[in-house]
Amino acid sequence: MGSTMTTYIIRRILLSLPVLFGVLFATFALGRLIPGDPCRAILGEKATDAVCDAFIIRHGLDKPIPTQFRIYVGEVLQGDFGRSFRFSKPVTALMVERLPITIELSFCALFIAILVGVPLGVISAVRHNSWLDVFTMLWANTGISMPVFWLGLMLAYVFALALKGTPFALPASGRLTAGLLTTPFWEVWGMQLSKGSFLYAISDFVGRLNMLNAVLSGNWPVLADAVKHLILPAVALSTIPMALIARMTRSAMLEVLGQDYIRTARAKGLRRTVVIMKHAFRNALLPLVTVIGLSLGGLLGGAVLTETVFNLSGVGRILYEAITARDYGIVQGFTVVIAIFFVILNLIVDVSYAYLDPRIQLD
Amino acid sequence: MDLAVSPTALDIEGLAPRSVSLWQVAARRLFRRKSAILGMVLLGILFLVALTAQWIAPYSPTLSMLDVNPPQGLSKRSPPCIHALGCPADQPEHIVGTDGNIRDEFSRLLYGSRLSLLVGFSTVTFAIIIGTVLGALGGYFGGWIDNLIMRVMDVLLAFPSLLLAIAIVTVLGPGLINALLAIGIVSIPAYARVMRASVLTLREMDYVSATRALGGSNLQILFQRILPNALTPLIVQGTLGIATAILDAAALSFLGLGAQPPTPEWGAMLGAERNQVFTAPHLVFFPGFAIMITVLSFNLIGDGLRDALDPRLAHVS
Repeated sequence: MGSTMTTYIIRRILLSLPVLFGVLFATFALGRLIPGDPCRAILGEKATDAVCDAFIIRHGLDKPIPTQFRIYVGEVLQGDFGRSFRFSKPVTALMVERLPITIELSFCALFIAILVGVPLGVISAVRHNSWLDVFTMLWANTGISMPVFWLGLMLAYVFALALKGTPFALPASGRLTAGLLTTPFWEVWGMQLSKGSFLYAISDFVGRLNMLNAVLSGNWPVLADAVKHLILPAVALSTIPMALIARMTRSAMLEVLGQDYIRTARAKGLRRTVVIMKHAFRNALLPLVTVIGLSLGGLLGGAVLTETVFNLSGVGRILYEAITARDYGIVQGFTVVIAIFFVILNLIVDVSYAYLDPRIQLD
Repeated sequence: MDLAVSPTALDIEGLAPRSVSLWQVAARRLFRRKSAILGMVLLGILFLVALTAQWIAPYSPTLSMLDVNPPQGLSKRSPPCIHALGCPADQPEHIVGTDGNIRDEFSRLLYGSRLSLLVGFSTVTFAIIIGTVLGALGGYFGGWIDNLIMRVMDVLLAFPSLLLAIAIVTVLGPGLINALLAIGIVSIPAYARVMRASVLTLREMDYVSATRALGGSNLQILFQRILPNALTPLIVQGTLGIATAILDAAALSFLGLGAQPPTPEWGAMLGAERNQVFTAPHLVFFPGFAIMITVLSFNLIGDGLRDALDPRLAHVS
């Protein structure tokens, strides 16, 4: 098993290389297809001729297209994803600032989706055709039909305005109440990190995940505040994956519950809950991994909209602003990073799928 | 394809089952599902509204109430006013209020149904045509053609769909047509994959070999023999695809990348008033609700179709 698995993983990684190459080519083309002068498209309308000449030479824009592509791939491989003219910063620095917000949001949304979706799916399968089942499926159908930005705005209206003054009131924008300060956890721990080191980059990134940082530094008021701010956007973003997960869990459970070994387990006299949880649910987990993997793309897209609605300055927000401001450096850089990230995630989902189901032929 | 059961001698005695085609069976099964019927009723109403918008809408969707003769002294974003529900009779009636440009929101909502349906059908038609041709070519010819096509599809699938659509619109420039094109391109891989899978199984069938033996050309085999038999999964995928396309188009318009003002597009209407959600919630609620109902109707029908066309459930006839 071990060696087949390793071969499979290596094969799977090799298979994603052409896709990664295609992704690089697509983002390269994106940068070249932008209407008008590429220098001013990337550096901004106000770039002078001298600056533009320097830019063109630096990025080899005067060279033939294949050479340009080689230069671009070389830059990306070295972790250089271009610059933003609006922030005058490399795209990588902006990513370190913005990615944690999106990751925190998506992770919490997925957590809520699984936490609610799985039990709902299991219960509707066990109580097949009961009013609870009918209600859950109706709700799941409505859930996947809701525009996430609409749900977000409606939640904001209800919880930030209609319920204002009640204990259920929740903030509808930002990550923390203004004035509340967070200290990066490594400073609280008294760690000395030199700027530019790998450890610093990692710690800096983790320190920007507000909730995790608050836990690590033991700052409970900040944790409570961060959670409060994250509830509405995370709930809005979780609706579609939650509905998908509930539906998938239900159909997988229904299929498993009809199998012979379930009847055998019941006939042996095992308790109903044991049969459902130990015999049925474990085997229904597999399609769940697939649907979670499939939701990740939608989650990232939904994050763009949710961040816009709730004024969270994450990846989605910066992309949106970059498009309006025609800051193509950001669009190109973030697109390529997200796509690479996505290819790797899909790889992980595929591998874990093969790992979870020994029946899957690895070759 | 005709799956009709051939009449037998038993027919004479009236004992044989009446001949039923696959589509009749599917239709009968579809009409047995309450959720699918609900979906069809909702969609029917939407079509009716879209077709008759110009007669049932009280105002033009782009007409400001200031230009009405006689001018109505309304303020911006006035809340809904229905005379039958106790709104003072001296105020002009606007069932769901007016928007930021003092236009009748109800009329705009009615006209919006046209765009939503148009968006759904046009993008999916575009994606189905291109996806089907690509998938069929890849599946039928195999080899490097298949490899090339499917790797390009893999690259398209490597991007989260909404982000790819955003990137495409960035290059093409904002606007409804470009947004439709972007959503169409993004949805091609799904149909190409479905089509390729069907073609791979169908091309090994005996009736395909028979056509080839009779001297049928590749094109003839592909389009006359294989394509009609690969339709069912495409129909299901297409119906559910319309739902996704409408949602994505609304999202692009919400971000200001799709339909431009003063087009009465639901996503754009919602996006334009999103900062007024606390003062004029009706301008956010109703367009979003309309999007939800439209998407829901396609999802319900798509789900119903999937079950109705599933040959594994063929015991119900």
